[in-house]
Amino acid sequence: MNRKTTMLLMLLLCLSIMAFLILNLLLGTVKIPVKDVIDILLGNDVDNRIWTNIVMKSRLPQSLTAAMAGAGLAVSGLLMQTVFRNPLAGPSVLGISSGASLGVACVVLLSGSIGGVALSKLGVIGEVTITLSAIIGSLIIMGLIAFVAQKVKGNVTLLIMGVMIGYIANAIIGVLKFFSAEEDIRAYVIWGLGSFSRVSGGQTTVFIVLMLILLPIAFFLIKTLNLLLLGDSYARNLGLSIKRARLLVIGCSGVLVAVVTAYCGPIVFLGLAVPHICRGLFHTSNHATILPASLLGGASLALLCNLIARLPGFEGALPVNSVTALVGAPVVMWVLFNKRKNEI
Amino acid sequence: MNHKEETIRVVNLETGYNSKKGATVITRGINASLYSGELTCLLGPNGAGKSTLLKTLTAFLSPIKGEIFIEQKPLREYSDAELSKVIGVVLTEKLSLNNMSVEELVGMGRSPYTGFWGRMNENDRMIVDESITLVGIENLKGRMIQTLSDGERQKVMIAKALAQETPIIFLDEPTAFLDYPSKVEIMQLLQRLAREKGKTVFLSTHDLELALQIADKVWLLDKPHGVTIGTPEDLALNDDMSRYFYREGVEFDRESGLFKISHKLDQAVRLIGEGARYNMVKKALARQGIDVVDADDCDVEIETTDNCYIMNGKEVPSIEMLLDMLNLYCK
Repeated sequence: MNRKTTMLLMLLLCLSIMAFLILNLLLGTVKIPVKDVIDILLGNDVDNRIWTNIVMKSRLPQSLTAAMAGAGLAVSGLLMQTVFRNPLAGPSVLGISSGASLGVACVVLLSGSIGGVALSKLGVIGEVTITLSAIIGSLIIMGLIAFVAQKVKGNVTLLIMGVMIGYIANAIIGVLKFFSAEEDIRAYVIWGLGSFSRVSGGQTTVFIVLMLILLPIAFFLIKTLNLLLLGDSYARNLGLSIKRARLLVIGCSGVLVAVVTAYCGPIVFLGLAVPHICRGLFHTSNHATILPASLLGGASLALLCNLIARLPGFEGALPVNSVTALVGAPVVMWVLFNKRKNEI
Repeated sequence: MNHKEETIRVVNLETGYNSKKGATVITRGINASLYSGELTCLLGPNGAGKSTLLKTLTAFLSPIKGEIFIEQKPLREYSDAELSKVIGVVLTEKLSLNNMSVEELVGMGRSPYTGFWGRMNENDRMIVDESITLVGIENLKGRMIQTLSDGERQKVMIAKALAQETPIIFLDEPTAFLDYPSKVEIMQLLQRLAREKGKTVFLSTHDLELALQIADKVWLLDKPHGVTIGTPEDLALNDDMSRYFYREGVEFDRESGLFKISHKLDQAVRLIGEGARYNMVKKALARQGIDVVDADDCDVEIETTDNCYIMNGKEVPSIEMLLDMLNLYCK
């Protein structure tokens, strides 16, 4: 694929993001005229205060969160697939999102039964606590994985370890659920459904700033990632320190998943599917192309999913995870059906 | 003869694996050198420790004992980054890689020289082009790795090692999985690189015949004997060759310095003639367990002429029919 086509595709991805972003702002349960939406965005006064609130406090933050979360998950998924040289690796596979779930489960479920306070009723403090517990939970699991990564040699071993750690986390969550009050379980289940709209107000800004810092870090890994594609032995022969590289890539990917999961809940499939779609589109494994492509593609697809979830007619909004799975699962199946000899 | 220099020296090397239970030694007491401009083949039966030795020399494994000097400096004092500019490898493992063009892959060989972003400059691009030309794969440049045949892929990896601009190239069974012409082509290519570019080329292989014909030096590796080193010809004359590869039914022909399958010959016919036809008939007969002699007292007499074979006075057009007639005769 030549440079021109690549640039053109990138441009198309950017345009699709813009288009989906605008549609996300325009469409919703409440009909707001296009002219007024533009006025609201430009900061002009609009007669209807409710409209201003809907656009500025709901639709805009939700869209931006979706775009950032999608980008983060896609990049993280790409990193995982490269470092484990496994097409089915994704953010959820290594148990990192299970870690986040475990963190949230501990706090949400235990606060009710031990502290006697239902966290779900605490408002903003409750939200921040959930976010923090998710980040801490996933970072602990990630630290564990990183530790294991230093000890074991094979990537498959490491992958299986990750999956096992995920199972353990889920088992603990199951035990916690068993001992918890019903409304706490409900709060946890709702978190688990995933949503781009859970983050509110100032927290959205924090999330977006965090992602804007974290995402560029992945770009520092392009050379490392390309070398990792060749396999450990060749990469090492070309001067790459494998252990350090693995640690950096897993770390970067893990922190991205941790932050996204903390703010949006476990969003499935985006991280797994987007890199595959991008490889199919760009016909390359070179990370100099596929990394920015995944970033843009992730943002675009997340916005599309968010749009579908909120389409007029689905009043009350579908859970995002159902939509991402409905879009993501067929893609994964398509990839498997198209698997040629030695491919993926 | 071109100028040769010692690039690698191995002193009292013991290879093997270190594990929690202690070291498992595979080969002891290796003392040897590798020279620039030479193609050296590492031969030995399966399980003799060829891969272990190669891995130890490329620093993928640490030696149990002894010292390896690469361009006079001990191997353990090299960092990964330094080593990547001295030793290039071509491995047996198949790349689980796709959607990368040949040019990009060869370009990966420049990684030790490119900066933080891995971007290539004019010079890097020139070296990549040269490497591709040298291996003779210009026509594959834009192809994707997954569409290549095994032989083509092997050449691409050799081009990668060339782009790495290392004085030393190690190859682990580069001719495995290839058809015979491709095997020959790869070996000739490697020999040419050693000659023309002054590279130190060291490879392990199971293709005895090829190795013995093309290698400047041979390292024979065997569990009981350790390593024996020499030119293929010296090793042939010393009977090292036949000792190393002794097997029922295999025989080392000192005349040609090559291995051949030995047949048990329990019958004899008289064969008259000369040239290629004579030799082919002799070969076909040997396969049937029939020796040829030049004595009058044989029941069967075969004569080869310019356009046919004559058996006991009857003309036979092909060796196939000749053998059929012999079969009938014996019954």
